[in-house]
Amino acid sequence: MNTHSGTGTKATRALGVVVITMLVALALFGLVFSAEDVVQGSTVRIMYVHVPSIWVAYMAFALTAVCSGVYLTGKNRSLIWDRIAGASGEIGVLFVAVSLVTGSLWGRLTWGVYWVWDARLTSTAFLFITYIGYLAVRRLGGTHRQRAKRSSVLALLAVIEIPLVHFSVTMWRSLHQSASVADPNAKVQLDDLMLFSLFLGLITFTLLFVWLVLHRQRTLHLEDAFSDRGLDAAISARREEAVQ
Amino acid sequence: MSGATNLRRISIAVARKDLRIEWNSRILVNQVAPFAAIVMVLFAFALDNDGILQRVAPGLIWLATLFSMLVVIQRSFSVESADGALDALRVAGVDARAIFLGKAFALMVQLFILELLLVGTAFVLYNVSMSPLGILEALVTMITATVGLGSVGTLYGGLAAGVRGRETLLPLLLLPVVAPVLIGATRAMESAFGSGGATVSEGWPWIGLLGVFAVLFVVVGAVAFGPLVDE
Repeated sequence: MNTHSGTGTKATRALGVVVITMLVALALFGLVFSAEDVVQGSTVRIMYVHVPSIWVAYMAFALTAVCSGVYLTGKNRSLIWDRIAGASGEIGVLFVAVSLVTGSLWGRLTWGVYWVWDARLTSTAFLFITYIGYLAVRRLGGTHRQRAKRSSVLALLAVIEIPLVHFSVTMWRSLHQSASVADPNAKVQLDDLMLFSLFLGLITFTLLFVWLVLHRQRTLHLEDAFSDRGLDAAISARREEAVQ
Repeated sequence: MSGATNLRRISIAVARKDLRIEWNSRILVNQVAPFAAIVMVLFAFALDNDGILQRVAPGLIWLATLFSMLVVIQRSFSVESADGALDALRVAGVDARAIFLGKAFALMVQLFILELLLVGTAFVLYNVSMSPLGILEALVTMITATVGLGSVGTLYGGLAAGVRGRETLLPLLLLPVVAPVLIGATRAMESAFGSGGATVSEGWPWIGLLGVFAVLFVVVGAVAFGPLVDE
């Protein structure tokens, strides 16, 4: 293992520079170059953050589930899978929060309310709470292996639970009440430049996600190593006491 | 074949143990049931209108069930973790699936009794009524919902058992998962009660949803419980 401090390498630094440049470009395209929407005016620009955020969140939770599965089924049960799952889960929660906040602001501007009991909104809120629970379980304490096992089982349970919640909420909205004011499918007609900006947003946020996961995963590794070292030090201190 | 009978025998033994502890301590009767009843009274204070209460009674019954369930699950696992009883069972070579099924069944029995009490309370306090077919639908709803709640409750109760701060962790983990049960059971109960002009036949698709939930979490629970409690 290399001994330099920090979690960056040449590759991640290069990636970081690319991500920051692309974020600046995204801001320019989103705020300046792309046109206003005929109906929504400038509020449509929220889309360039909102859609990529939820995209990253879905990707992050998928990665969490895959890494958890690999951890549980892998022969050597390498903790790296657990750390990637954890890092990805944290970043997923962050981006769900971003998409919920931007979405409710957008809703206030276009529908007049911050929240509607639409199936998609409701199940996104459940997604958010479920993974907050996942992060809480990761912080329960115990050994690294305990944490890894508990949280990977929980991440796999979430894969079963999320579609079930989504299905039941959709059934609730469709059978219980007629169409709500919100129809997220029919909101805007996108011209080419808007489509490009949205696409740029998706790519930029994906790279941002990769960058964040790489660093966070290494931070988690250092945290684990630090607590192991603390334990070793405590054991050898007690041992010396016993010898004296 | 003998493995299956063994599993059943041990499951029943675990369930009987839990129910006997419950019977001796009378926690359900002396504490949980009064708690559930006072929640029903508090709902009436908060909503303050007979018409509204009648309309929302099914939802209130299931909310009170969920809140009471949290208390019952904590109790079910504090019994296990207090003296390392769960670890002792595992060290003795007891199949984790049998522990899961036994504890889940004991929880289901307690929940079902609680739900009967709550429906009775709703009859008296909220002035709801049911047709004979509605009574059948309500019973089927309660049974399927209870199987789902009991298994998912045992699974997450096992996860939260024996860790610091489990009292606060369990609701955070469990309540999002049981949302489908709250939705399905409330809608089915609305049909059974005929609240808001709902008819009995509208309830059956929701019972289907409850059935899917129940089957899924009995199976998943039996598989996942072992890895969660083995540490």
